[in-house]
Amino acid sequence: MDLSETAEMAAFRGEVRGFLAAHKAEFEAGAAKDLKAWQKLLIANGYAARTIPKAYGGYGAEPDILKSRIIAEEFIAAAAPRGMAGQGISMLVPTLLEVGSEEQKARWIEPTLNGDIIWCQGYSEPGAGSDLANLQTKAVEDGKDFIISGSKIWTSTAHLAQMMFCLVRTEPQAAKHEGISYVLIPMDTPGIEVRPLKTMTGASEFNEVFFTDVRVPQDQVVGGRGRGWFVANTTLKHERGMLGDPNAAEARLNSLVHLMTTETVDGQRIVDNPIFRDRLMQLQGRVFAMKFNGLRLLTSQLTGEPAGIAGLIVKLQGCELNHQIAALAIDALGELGVLYTDGPHLRAKGGWQRSYMFDLGLIIGGGTAQIQKNIISERGLGMPREPKPAAA
Amino acid sequence: MDFALTQDQRLMQESLVRTLAEASSLDRVRKFAGDLSDKGGDVWQALVEFGLAGICVPEEHGGLGLGLLDAALASEALGAAVSPVPFMGVVLAPIALLRGGTAEQQAEWLPKLAAGQVMAAAVISEGVAGARDGAGIRASNGKLAGKGLFVPGGMAAGLLIVADTEGGLHLVRGDAAGLRRHLMPGIDETRRLAELDFDGVEAEPLSGGPELLTALRDAGWVLVAADSLGAAQVMLDKAVAYAKERRQFDRVIGSFQAVKHLCAEMAAELEPCRSLVWYAAYAFDAAPAEASLMAAHAKALTSEVGRFVARTATEVHGGMGITDLLGLHFWFKRLGLNRQLLGGPERVRELAARMQGLSAA
Repeated sequence: MDLSETAEMAAFRGEVRGFLAAHKAEFEAGAAKDLKAWQKLLIANGYAARTIPKAYGGYGAEPDILKSRIIAEEFIAAAAPRGMAGQGISMLVPTLLEVGSEEQKARWIEPTLNGDIIWCQGYSEPGAGSDLANLQTKAVEDGKDFIISGSKIWTSTAHLAQMMFCLVRTEPQAAKHEGISYVLIPMDTPGIEVRPLKTMTGASEFNEVFFTDVRVPQDQVVGGRGRGWFVANTTLKHERGMLGDPNAAEARLNSLVHLMTTETVDGQRIVDNPIFRDRLMQLQGRVFAMKFNGLRLLTSQLTGEPAGIAGLIVKLQGCELNHQIAALAIDALGELGVLYTDGPHLRAKGGWQRSYMFDLGLIIGGGTAQIQKNIISERGLGMPREPKPAAA
Repeated sequence: MDFALTQDQRLMQESLVRTLAEASSLDRVRKFAGDLSDKGGDVWQALVEFGLAGICVPEEHGGLGLGLLDAALASEALGAAVSPVPFMGVVLAPIALLRGGTAEQQAEWLPKLAAGQVMAAAVISEGVAGARDGAGIRASNGKLAGKGLFVPGGMAAGLLIVADTEGGLHLVRGDAAGLRRHLMPGIDETRRLAELDFDGVEAEPLSGGPELLTALRDAGWVLVAADSLGAAQVMLDKAVAYAKERRQFDRVIGSFQAVKHLCAEMAAELEPCRSLVWYAAYAFDAAPAEASLMAAHAKALTSEVGRFVARTATEVHGGMGITDLLGLHFWFKRLGLNRQLLGGPERVRELAARMQGLSAA
């Protein structure tokens, strides 16, 4: 154990701080004044698209986990907005870099990084949620094209996106996992209909997308025909890392401490109530434990040693912890915690209420808590899979 | 940035696990538990040969000169083996002597502790967990009066580190006149707790006052947390192994999600505790500003997770889990004692809140 910082890393931290201080006028409280200009500035300085080759519009640095972490920490400390982080940048770009053709990389990566193309992800279907490989949206060969029909659900940003990366069944005769292809579909293609899906937060964070005879060129397949399941699994890895981020939980806990030391009932601070105080301390202990679990994972990444169970639990524990932090904030607010729309008594613009509802979706999305427990017990503890029922 | 054990630390822990497998097997633990005349001298001797008695004693006094993280790894191994060894005094006595003792006191006691000739115990429960049944020790004119409860290893200790009601600390010789010891029989038969009565007992003061007591408390919390980590990990491992073997409805019960999800939940709760215990132990030596808070959280969280794992792992074993035949109850009870020792989680979290100015009390 040695958590001290080398001189090189301390100098790098100084550079990041200097950059943020020099550009303080260009952002406020977590938001950039001009999103695209901010993104361009970040890429030029290596604070976004850091390891993406220069040829594709990135900064072209060697991967360095410690430097990435320092950037993340300093941006959080300065409440500075990170670069754009849509599914195109966080999921499609890494996938193209890993398995895309040269032409696909050259065509799609740079405009995606610059924010000129917004992507949505077409994975889940009404009949293919936890059992994603059961997806039925089909792509039938027609000359040089595929004709796609079916539907997708839980598609965030589909109403804003110009493009979708999508899983479709191209080989209906093949085994479940081997008949799927990963295709890139322009959202303005005739036959695509996007319907907003309103959730319990009151907002439409997701959409349903319907395909009726949608024609897409076959060269839009990424990673080879019938290889879509394996291509998608590369990106799901990235998504599960994003959900349950311990840094986010720590920042949120700090906001909760602030809330509980400033809000009062009958003139008494919430934190002076021993029951609330104890609940806060329980969550703080868990947040610390997940934070250090994260440092342990970071070290395994650096040394290349397998992280084992410490890695498999992050999504399950992190999302649950976030939800519980929001739950305590609402209880601390009491009746104020159930107000929701603008008014003189509303706190934090209803953010805790929205988190409490939205975060339940994160416990379910990206592999439900129950699927995570299957993964932990099977891959982490070596327990057997549930046997398939005999065919009726 | 390196958040991991060193190669030396891993090898030391593995080697200790092997030593304990031989010297402190479940059969050996059973014998100790069932026979109060059994003092576990052979187990202690094996650990002395290993060097454990001097783990935190500086090399110039004949010890290994290691830090609290190394001691925590040893404590984890002892918890895993439900070993009948009073370890807390082994670590707390050198800390008390090094931080609060004179050169003469250090020269007199440290070599004896390192050689395993003298066992030590810390009488600090009242100052940390609070006083029960009118316990508490008052100091006046170099003499101690009153009683201290729940002292692990207190029956056999030749050296006592005693906290008084003002937070001052004292050295007491095991053979001092006016000192009486009574066994406090408890659920965990692998560690014997003592009630110590002081009737005008001669004592030598240690310097450091309440700060030294805080250090002993923090180190004690980390050691108990590590012991729980080890004990809980074994209960989880045993539950998983049992679920892979036991068959019902023509399949191993570990293939039922109802059972394997219990195991996944135990693993998901326990694994982050490991990182927290490592960090709390590391902070004790390397980041003193954070040491108390991290030690408190390590103690409180392992207490909660320890109870969950103890109960759940027993349940996975079905009816066999509650029998003496399997011996799982030794770990269950070890975790039960650890939860309350040096303060239950509610009290420890309240102290954590106070450290941060979050409690008006």
